[in-house]
Amino acid sequence: MIISCEQMWREVSDYLDGEVDPELRAAIEEHVKGCQRCTAVLDGMRNVIQLYGDERMMEVPVGFSRRLHQRLEADMSHSRRTFLGWMVAAAASLAVAGAIEVARSSVSSRPNLRSEHSRSSNRVPPDMMVIVADDGKTFHVAGCPFIHDKTRLRTIPAHQAEQEGYAPCVRCMKKYLDAA
Amino acid sequence: MAAGTGPLESPAQQDYEARLIQRVTAGEHEAFYELIQPYEKRLFAAAFALLRNQADAEDCAQEAVLKAFKYIRQFRSESKFSTWLIQIAVNEARKRRKKQYSNLMEPIDQDHGVEGTYSPREFADWREIPSETLERQEVREKLAEALSNIGQIYREVFVLRDMEQVSIEDTAKALGISTASVKTRLLRARLMLRDLLAPGLGGAWSRDLSLGHGVKR
Repeated sequence: MIISCEQMWREVSDYLDGEVDPELRAAIEEHVKGCQRCTAVLDGMRNVIQLYGDERMMEVPVGFSRRLHQRLEADMSHSRRTFLGWMVAAAASLAVAGAIEVARSSVSSRPNLRSEHSRSSNRVPPDMMVIVADDGKTFHVAGCPFIHDKTRLRTIPAHQAEQEGYAPCVRCMKKYLDAA
Repeated sequence: MAAGTGPLESPAQQDYEARLIQRVTAGEHEAFYELIQPYEKRLFAAAFALLRNQADAEDCAQEAVLKAFKYIRQFRSESKFSTWLIQIAVNEARKRRKKQYSNLMEPIDQDHGVEGTYSPREFADWREIPSETLERQEVREKLAEALSNIGQIYREVFVLRDMEQVSIEDTAKALGISTASVKTRLLRARLMLRDLLAPGLGGAWSRDLSLGHGVKR
């Protein structure tokens, strides 16, 4: 399969999202090897995804959270706000601490994903853009429900994620893992 | 999830959110703060990208949070809370834009022309931009400005997919369009942004940076 530059420009975005079939993927990779202009398009688009997907693009104005909470509080005060309600809240905050403990223990009992990484490299298309969390262990496609703590996310190519020691998510990257 | 609670895998986080939602609906309103805390920044970022004005974006994000609180009982656990929340913010932003532009001529946001091939501009020398570039306020402003220069239909899809990391299917649901439209608009958005940013990304910014840090090739 041979593709033209025009075809390449139509497929480049799906290619980076891992949304093209293996035959087209191979054709795109072959085309890019010999085409400087399309290499620049591919690299440029990858840069765009990476930069805008960075947590540092999510700036909020000073005091944003405080003002939001104030408004929410004013809104809630129209709703039920009794002494009993406060008591329930105090009791529930203890329950939150408990929930976190439970969640922690379930994490620590998981198999070590890093060791799986050594078996799983080279299966995910290296150029595909994937999501990693700074203190996570796995990489994902955008929108995967298994994305770790959503507060520190980066969008990087799969090969970089693997270099940094992340392993493919067994759910959203399943098709690549099964294919091997 | 509060900061400093240690790493939580996402299924655990979803369980955790489900429990918080139960508590909120049971009348324990304070649990709501904890529920929305991880998404506050994201809501503002989405609203700002869509409305292009800080004050409007802040008000829109606040309004979305109040609505989420008000309608929390309507949330269905088969969808993700984050997607539900962002969908409320997008609808809120759309409403505001309608109001803002009701008396003005706005370019018609249609898909016409999207099907045709967009020819990306030719830039010979392309460099990979280290993400440290984002430490610079000026670069972040350039990125925000470029985003504000693409049409609304492209911006909506781009914001959800590439900034908020929403899946193709959920983006389609949130915007009420087909997954094919999500893909076409996303392609166009990414190509236009690449063209808008290429002169800076390919040249000036990385050259400035190379003085201090060296540029990855």
